Amino acid sequence: MKKVGNHHSISRICVFSLAILLTFSLTSIAQNPAPAPASTTAPAADAAAPAAGGDAAKGKELFNTNCAACHKLDAKSTGPALRGVASRRDKAWLYKWIHNSSELIKSGDATAVKLFAENNNAVMTAFPQLSEADIDNILAYTSEPKAEPAKVLPAAGASAGAESNGEGVSNNLILFALAVVMLMLVVMLVLVNRVLTKIAKANGVEVSTKEASMPIWKAFARNQFLVLVASIFLLLASGYYVYGYLMQIGVDQDYEPIQPIHYSHRIHAGSNGIDCKYCHSAARVSKNAGIPSLNICMNCHKNISEVSDTTATPDHSKAFYDGEIKKLYAAVGWDQSTQKYTGKTQPVKWVRIHNLPDYVYFNHSQHVTVAGVECQTCHGPVQTYEVMKQFAPLTMGWCINCHRETDVKMEGNEYYTKIHEELSKKYGVDKLTAAQMGGLECGKCHY
Amino acid sequence: MISPMKSIYNIALLVCTAVLVSSCHDTSKPNYQYMPNMYESAGYETYSESKAFKNGKEGQLPVEGTINRGYEVYEYPNTTAGLEAARASLQSPLDPASIDMDKAKELYDVYCGICHGTAGDGKGKLVTQGKFLGVPSYKDRPITIGSVFHVETYGLNSMGSYANQLNTHERWMVAAYVMKLKSE
Ligand code: HEC
Ligand code: HEC
Ligand code: HEC
Ligand code: HEC
Ligand code: HEC
Ligand code: HEC
Ligand code: HEC
Repeated sequence: MKKVGNHHSISRICVFSLAILLTFSLTSIAQNPAPAPASTTAPAADAAAPAAGGDAAKGKELFNTNCAACHKLDAKSTGPALRGVASRRDKAWLYKWIHNSSELIKSGDATAVKLFAENNNAVMTAFPQLSEADIDNILAYTSEPKAEPAKVLPAAGASAGAESNGEGVSNNLILFALAVVMLMLVVMLVLVNRVLTKIAKANGVEVSTKEASMPIWKAFARNQFLVLVASIFLLLASGYYVYGYLMQIGVDQDYEPIQPIHYSHRIHAGSNGIDCKYCHSAARVSKNAGIPSLNICMNCHKNISEVSDTTATPDHSKAFYDGEIKKLYAAVGWDQSTQKYTGKTQPVKWVRIHNLPDYVYFNHSQHVTVAGVECQTCHGPVQTYEVMKQFAPLTMGWCINCHRETDVKMEGNEYYTKIHEELSKKYGVDKLTAAQMGGLECGKCHY
Repeated sequence: MISPMKSIYNIALLVCTAVLVSSCHDTSKPNYQYMPNMYESAGYETYSESKAFKNGKEGQLPVEGTINRGYEVYEYPNTTAGLEAARASLQSPLDPASIDMDKAKELYDVYCGICHGTAGDGKGKLVTQGKFLGVPSYKDRPITIGSVFHVETYGLNSMGSYANQLNTHERWMVAAYVMKLKSE
């Protein structure tokens, strides 16, 4: 074969493109959501309570177990806000009220009756079991001045931010450094090239000029063997890509739409450990898993109107999360200040993510209750998703593969015992796969 | 030798195509489909919007007064008096021996354990993490199987109703399990 010039510049381009590709693959790796910092139990809250004697600490405990269901310190809940109530009311009256408020109201005490009426005649539980010392402890706790949020927050926020930012920053730094190195390399190459040419000129060496070598493409075009090989390669490669492109049409893997309320599975199912079926309760018993109606959200959110500081991440601030809970309140028509429903509701238009074509039948209870398959097998590590996305391709091949590989749950399944036994005998196996049960028959999934 | 300027152009070209290729996939939009009219029926889908109804939704509430098959009347009203009446006299229709306690535990752990704790001591995960306070231990409350059923059905103050996640039979099962936890 004839040797052609310019090998160097080609290999250089190759190296460069490799480097560029590498940087790109790095970016895409870096874009994988960094594992969010697990929300540690609020150190801020502990710090906020100044050590004002053992009384208030004991009182806090009593308050949290007995009263917090209906009272908050600074906001109206089922009952009024309790901060500073000891200075509003007489001590003796408070003892009587807390021991048994209904009795006090019945006795016609003017303050009590008025209070009762102001709070929509909601009944406060009687606490005859609390001693006067206990009540003093509680009142000590409610009399504590409000902790200056300004003092605690920036410290906690900043440290949390710095901690979790660490990873993002270092990733960005590495990328930036790589880019700088690349640039420097290019500049250096240019410079070295110039210097070399100059030196060569100075020494009187004739630098090989353009005309001397044949242009690369001409050399290439003359070599028919190379042309043949290259065109076959090109054809194969483009065939591969075209096939790949055509096959992914209609497959919505990784589809991740923006939802009307930024509802995070990471916070609910992950750090707070709420079971999937608490919200998607229809998955146990029906074809659909269902999106929870808003009254299920209100089981918790009547009480949880804002997130704690430790929940905020560098990407999403506390103010952002609180705003999202406000959107939920607007949709169900919940008035926070009066703790009542206004009756003005508006639907939340969740964007549907998983959607099989209409000619396929898929049933959740068959897989979740009968087969005992975990949600995560099909939906991925949902408890880590800040934004919900489609994990599986939901293609026919995906369903069929799993039916070939997964055994049916035979124990505790009396209804099917007989057919299980017969089929096991027929195939001569102990464990039946879903496919052997008939999970590959077209009519099971297409109707 | 290729001039330095030219190789820079080449590099720039490569960078641009790489950027173009890697940025054209947008995961916040659904993908293209071959034959959309085969995948999406003309009939209304669950939760879809529809102009056929006044409120623009396909999902409609049943007509007022509708009852479902197997509906059982629950006569105790959602008031304090109702709760006290249920506490005093409501009895479970289930035969205690035939209740599948494993199933009841499973349901309890999913729907109640998150607040009341799997042991019923009021120390569920939301409580220990300080997100939801004021959940009582069953031992501290004068509950009976009737009052538990009543509270599950209507909720109580800051506890919500579980009637739409658990059907009547399941609520009785869970109530029996709560009484078992209390007695332990
Ligand atoms: C079941 C819900 C509930 C619980 C639990 C509860 N309260 Fe109350 N509380 C109320 C309501 C409602 C009112 C308002 C008056 C009314 O409607 O009866 C109230 C009023 C009060 C008041 C009077 C407030 C004022 O502005 O004068 C005090 C004091 C009080 N509660 C203290 C307590 C303490 C201490 C505890 C815990 C040992 C407690 N409450 C537990 C519901 C509750
Ligand atoms: C606190 C309630 C709650 C819990 C707990 C919960 N989800 Fe969800 N889930 C929702 C809501 C609301 C949506 C709709 C908004 C969205 O898509 O982000 C949803 C959406 C989904 C979707 C996408 C539905 C679609 O449109 O295709 C899947 C899949 C899902 N959840 C699975 C799970 C799994 C698995 C778990 C348990 C690890 C879980 N969910 C726990 C409330 C919940
Ligand atoms: C079992 C209790 C529970 C239920 C049910 C629940 N949440 Fe939450 N929610 C929480 C807790 C706990 C937090 C976090 C509070 C914190 O971190 O301090 C939270 C936080 C949030 C936030 C702010 C953080 C974020 O995810 O963006 C939003 C918005 C929210 N919930 C919406 C919803 C919606 C919508 C539903 C109904 C589908 C729902 N929640 C049902 C307990 C619940
Ligand atoms: C065998 C795989 C598989 C398992 C296990 C599974 N899902 Fe699904 N899920 C699917 C498929 C497939 C769809 C699309 C269904 C359709 O479009 O009809 C879907 C859709 C959904 C949807 C949205 C549409 C709907 O049906 O309302 C939610 C929410 C959901 N799943 C939640 C869950 C939860 C929660 C669990 C666990 C209790 C679970 N899934 C277990 C495969 C699975
Ligand atoms: C994680 C594995 C898994 C995946 C993925 C899966 N399945 Fe299944 N499927 C099973 C198992 C296991 C059974 C057997 C359940 C039983 O015991 O009856 C089953 C049973 C079924 C049945 C009933 C079969 C019969 O013989 O009655 C249908 C229908 C079905 N699957 C449809 C689907 C469809 C449609 C998909 C894809 C969208 C799918 N499955 C994806 C595991 C899976
Ligand atoms: C385990 C369930 C299952 C079984 C069994 C099954 N299919 Fe499918 N099939 C699916 C799913 C899910 C899809 C949708 C794939 C998608 O949307 O990409 C599908 C899609 C198809 C399509 C493609 C339509 C299109 O527009 O791409 C054809 C054709 C088809 N099935 C034929 C069959 C035949 C023939 C059989 C019997 C040999 C069969 N299927 C058995 C689940 C099944
Ligand atoms: C979101 C948290 C939460 C969940 C989930 C929850 N509860 Fe409660 N529950 C409470 C709170 C708060 C109270 C105290 C209400 C009060 O006395 O004001 C309570 C009180 C009770 C009581 C005592 C009522 C009385 O008569 O004094 C019973 C019994 C009870 N719950 C049963 C259940 C059962 C059964 C479930 C599951 C189906 C459940 N709870 C789920 C928060 C919850």
